[in-house]
Amino acid sequence: MADLFDKFQPLIDQYEALRGSGLRDPFHLQMDEIKSPTRAVVNGREIILVGTYNYMGMTFDPDVIAAGKKALEEFGSGTTGSRVLNGTYQGHAECEAALREFYAMDHAMVFSTGYQANLGLMSVMAGRGEYIVLDADSHASIYDGCAMGNADIVRFRHNSVSDLEKRLNRLPAEAGKLVVLEGVYSMVGDIAPLKEMVAVAKAAGAMIVVDEAHAMGFFGENGRGVFEAAGVEDDVDFVVGTFSKSVGTVGGFVVSNHPKFDILRLVTRPYVYTASLPPAVVACAATSIRKLMSAHHKRAHLWQASRKMHADLRGAGFELGTAEAESAIIAVKMPDQQTSAAMWTALIEEGVYVNMVPPQATPGFNLLRCSLCAEHSNEDVAEIVARFVRAGQAVGLPVSA
Amino acid sequence: MTTTKEEVLPRLIDIIQPFNKKDIELTAATSFANDLELDSLTVMDLVAEIEDEYDIILPVNMLPDLETIGDVASAVAEIKSK
Repeated sequence: MADLFDKFQPLIDQYEALRGSGLRDPFHLQMDEIKSPTRAVVNGREIILVGTYNYMGMTFDPDVIAAGKKALEEFGSGTTGSRVLNGTYQGHAECEAALREFYAMDHAMVFSTGYQANLGLMSVMAGRGEYIVLDADSHASIYDGCAMGNADIVRFRHNSVSDLEKRLNRLPAEAGKLVVLEGVYSMVGDIAPLKEMVAVAKAAGAMIVVDEAHAMGFFGENGRGVFEAAGVEDDVDFVVGTFSKSVGTVGGFVVSNHPKFDILRLVTRPYVYTASLPPAVVACAATSIRKLMSAHHKRAHLWQASRKMHADLRGAGFELGTAEAESAIIAVKMPDQQTSAAMWTALIEEGVYVNMVPPQATPGFNLLRCSLCAEHSNEDVAEIVARFVRAGQAVGLPVSA
Repeated sequence: MTTTKEEVLPRLIDIIQPFNKKDIELTAATSFANDLELDSLTVMDLVAEIEDEYDIILPVNMLPDLETIGDVASAVAEIKSK
């Protein structure tokens, strides 16, 4: 009898080899205590968290915690229902109101995760005979949403304006088109040339989605994202985002000015056929979003810390994913998977957690991805860099303080 | 103007040749996954090359049906003939 698990054997072998090499398993790290947005306890030792996407450090904000506790007590632990049945509470409406205000847009729709927001939007907005045109490096949730729908899917080379334009020009002029962009691409933390891309997409008559998951909170005057910083707010049809990064809880959303936007609540399956977010979660999110509107000092510090860490790691001899700090993500390139795993383990021994990104997620690259938090102090950044240098030297990389 | 699979095939094989790291003989029956063993990133590059050569779009959702070089030649011919 065929064992349906046989197809996973190559991956099982690879994973067993990694575990058998004496290195720590980077994919099953357990955090026993969380002290703050930047500190956790693992195996009885405190480590600095440098890979959490908790950009604005809102997870322990006292106002956010208080709002969550209050909602938990007043509205219970869960809604046990879909948004279109019994799962829309006052808190969900309040959360959508906070989003409309944050983005200065007419409509907002909250999903149970960011993944589902993309899954829903991509699967429903373009149908048979229509086109979704996406960046080759798009997030898995965008690809999965495309696979769930019936549109023809067209890829362009990552961040290439000319390649996007060339492909748009090959499509039938009269066909419906959706161009999908991301403000910040999470693998190496580079940003999209949105001004140019939006112009090209508009010229081709396409509607435009920008996923600002890794930019919300600290790009643009109001923290809306790269599309705000690029000055293209009036030309973007949909902005997708998440509560699981800068907002500091879990959930996803789409905001738009389109007058017919609300019909999506009835036709988007990842919105309709799942339970809505728990009351405490939407209360935390709404409070956090409102605080992010005016978090100018935090934004400024996060940028300064990101630039400083990028410059110091580069100065120490590490090879980085971008020439300058384009976002709060700093990706450190490793020569091979073995060194990457050894370096990740050495960093944990030093008391630093980063994300180890295997080449399956970023073909051709072995990355150790760092993301900074507005709560990382200048002393934290200096300490992180010092620990990186010691760990690098321990695994034989040509780096020095 | 109609284009046939037979017309597309020789030039298509020329385009695929740089991706033929194992240096096997390329025919209409050559499979991308089993014979050429292309990874997803390489497939992306190859698709872009083919699209640019023929000034067409090969939608991503069509790719799972294109197992062999002959399948791609047929698809290109069909799109060019539309």
